[in-house]
Amino acid sequence: MIPEIGHFALILALCVAVVQGSLPIYGAAVGNSALMSIAKPAARGQFLLVLLAFCCLGYAFAAKDFSVLYVAATSNSQLPLHYRLAAIWGAHEGSLLLWVFILTIWMVAVSFLSAHLPEAMRARILGVMGLVSMGFLLFMLTVSNPFERLIPAAFDGRDLNPLLQDPGMVIHPPMLYMGYVGFSVAFAFAIAALFGGTLDAAWARWSRPWTTVAWCFLTIGVAMGSGWAYYELGWGGWWFWDPVENASFMPWLAGTALIHSLAVTDKRGGFKAWSVLLAILAFSLSLLGTFLVRSGVLTSVHAFATDPKRGLFILVFLAVVIGGSLMLYAWRAPRVGLGGGFSVISREGMLLTNNVLLIAALGSVLLGTLYPLFLDALDLGKISVGPPYFDTVFVPLMTPAIFLMGIGPLAQWKKASLPELAMRLRWAFGVSVTTALVLPIVLGHWSPLVSLGLLLALWIATTIATDLRERLAHTDGNSFFGRLASMPRSYWGMVVAHFGLALFITGVTMVKGFEVEQDVRMNVGQTATLGGYTFRFDGTQQYKGPNYVAARGTIHVSQDGHDVTVMYPEKRRYTVQNQTMTEAAISPGLLRDLYVSLGEPLDDGAWSVRLYHKPFIDWIWGGCLIMAMGGVLAISDRRYRLAWRRKDVEVPATTQMARQTVS
Amino acid sequence: MKPRHKRFVFIGLGLLALAVASMLILNAFQSNLVFFFTPTQVANAEVPKGRGFRIGGMVEDGSLTREGDGLTVHFVVTDFAKRVPVTFKGILPDLFKEGKGVVAQGQLGPDGTFLASEVLAKHDENYMPPEAADALAKAKASGAQPSNTLVVNPR
Repeated sequence: MIPEIGHFALILALCVAVVQGSLPIYGAAVGNSALMSIAKPAARGQFLLVLLAFCCLGYAFAAKDFSVLYVAATSNSQLPLHYRLAAIWGAHEGSLLLWVFILTIWMVAVSFLSAHLPEAMRARILGVMGLVSMGFLLFMLTVSNPFERLIPAAFDGRDLNPLLQDPGMVIHPPMLYMGYVGFSVAFAFAIAALFGGTLDAAWARWSRPWTTVAWCFLTIGVAMGSGWAYYELGWGGWWFWDPVENASFMPWLAGTALIHSLAVTDKRGGFKAWSVLLAILAFSLSLLGTFLVRSGVLTSVHAFATDPKRGLFILVFLAVVIGGSLMLYAWRAPRVGLGGGFSVISREGMLLTNNVLLIAALGSVLLGTLYPLFLDALDLGKISVGPPYFDTVFVPLMTPAIFLMGIGPLAQWKKASLPELAMRLRWAFGVSVTTALVLPIVLGHWSPLVSLGLLLALWIATTIATDLRERLAHTDGNSFFGRLASMPRSYWGMVVAHFGLALFITGVTMVKGFEVEQDVRMNVGQTATLGGYTFRFDGTQQYKGPNYVAARGTIHVSQDGHDVTVMYPEKRRYTVQNQTMTEAAISPGLLRDLYVSLGEPLDDGAWSVRLYHKPFIDWIWGGCLIMAMGGVLAISDRRYRLAWRRKDVEVPATTQMARQTVS
Repeated sequence: MKPRHKRFVFIGLGLLALAVASMLILNAFQSNLVFFFTPTQVANAEVPKGRGFRIGGMVEDGSLTREGDGLTVHFVVTDFAKRVPVTFKGILPDLFKEGKGVVAQGQLGPDGTFLASEVLAKHDENYMPPEAADALAKAKASGAQPSNTLVVNPR
């Protein structure tokens, strides 16, 4: 009964979505405010309906209702409750439900936080989001219904993939989807602007915080995915340039470009058409990412053949959304205008260059991800594009971007002078170059890539310091901290986010340059030495978890005769799917991680063991977290809070900026 | 600079960036594309010499042997038409099993043994690497002897 209620709620939600996607947009076109005002209640109603459906599916999992096909396929009676609930998004159908659920959350947020928007604008935004949600609901109800019954009911479920039975999995997909779907707001703003034909600085100011919030979630989501791969897959890598990872990284690149382009649109009224295009791009890539990962296209192109209807629907949906919005863009963008002019050497110029570089990097990732799929689909042979491709392309494209990232914040808008910038940055340049050259030698291993990585990280840090110092000198106030606090939060947001990137680059560089790994056969009592640490293997013991049996190894780690830690790597066998899983043991630290995973059992209680010493690896995720914190700081800026509060007052910048757009 | 000149500068810079990026990408693409071959193709000497590639198929039942160091393993990859011996030093992935699909990346040694630098077996029990499934399907289509353990449809 309960699953049927969920199913019915989804059908009702689809009906509401159809109304929300049509009438308010039409109302905005003909200026009928009664029709426009439907948007708000429709969005909230849809949220409640999808929430109901989501709870029904959650109940089916909690109550172990194996007469629901999806529940039977992704859970098991022995699976603990929290993983049963996380199994809601453990496979295709449920992920789509989560997607729509999050979309409706964003809709409700827009409906509550849009009091300052003109009525027509809000109607269009919610209308476009309604259309997106309509597509997804239609997809779920026609070809991938999570509430489909299994008759007769299964005696027990097939269990959740053991790789996904992990706390990271409980939270990583919702975070990632908050990011993906969050770009739908920026997308809806962009489409609404194209419909309306007005796009000014106020538009950018409204859509900026939404984009930044989505970007923060996405940053955390991608970082968590990488962290999950690190500790769950058992071979110590943190990024494999796997298509699934690329699918989440591409929207991030587009979103990063969008944030910076919106900054220019907001502050200077420039880059308008470009911002709109990026908003469309970011959301299109989010859609592509969702489908690539969850449709089975990636594990095998032939998944299309196993369920051709699903594949076809996906292709048509993508074509309609991406093609439709690009056509609308081609038709309406000329009206939007290009924005004010600026010189090549200026903050705008540098931001534009950075944007182009980000998009070029995005293009290279897209090519490397999709090309093998295309070849395979056309039956032209099977190839794979390995990590070396991405490394060799990505580093040269990002190096100039990061170099400019240091200069940009110090450059003036409109027109800057190169010699003057060079004077201001000479210390930053000198310090970072010298340190980058000397530090690796001190650490005992010099290589060009390590130096380059350190140079980029130091360059970001030193230019931030220069910028801060200059700004402090120009700020009035008595105390040092008073002057610090008087700078706007959005500025702090940028500083923190950029600094986060510097930490991230440091982490990547140090791990790539200095990590050591060893695969060894270890008898009981035998020791191995790695990175100054001595690992002693004390054998394994059997033990039983809720839905698995495991061999748990004990490894004592010491350094210079002092005990450091004891690590317990496991080899688990999940009984339902009879699947073996490596559970690595990690001893984390600010400056290094020790990472141990069991390979295979050999004779006499010996095991093959994999040992890693990974310097600075936690800086990678720490850096991402700090980047996201920067985003949070930026949206807490006063100007947005004022915009929230100011209800019916017209934003003065609108008219002012509108005049600048003539050129 | 006049606005028109400025625009030219921008377009020029854009084109330059595009050219450099394409050059990088194509260059990296050329040297990092890894092609996939079936054991039959390996036996027919269709594979590149001195360059890495991937092979895929089934791990032959009973073919896995381990050297005394516990790390070097030998096994045979088959598409049920031709067999290729493989040597790998390192820890095999969790889902590596005899009688299951596998994909290995590496080079062909002078004695015809495939020296694997990486062995891939993916995320779940029933999953067959598409390349491996494809290799089996091809061998089957070309009239090789079928086998009852053959799983042709990936998921």
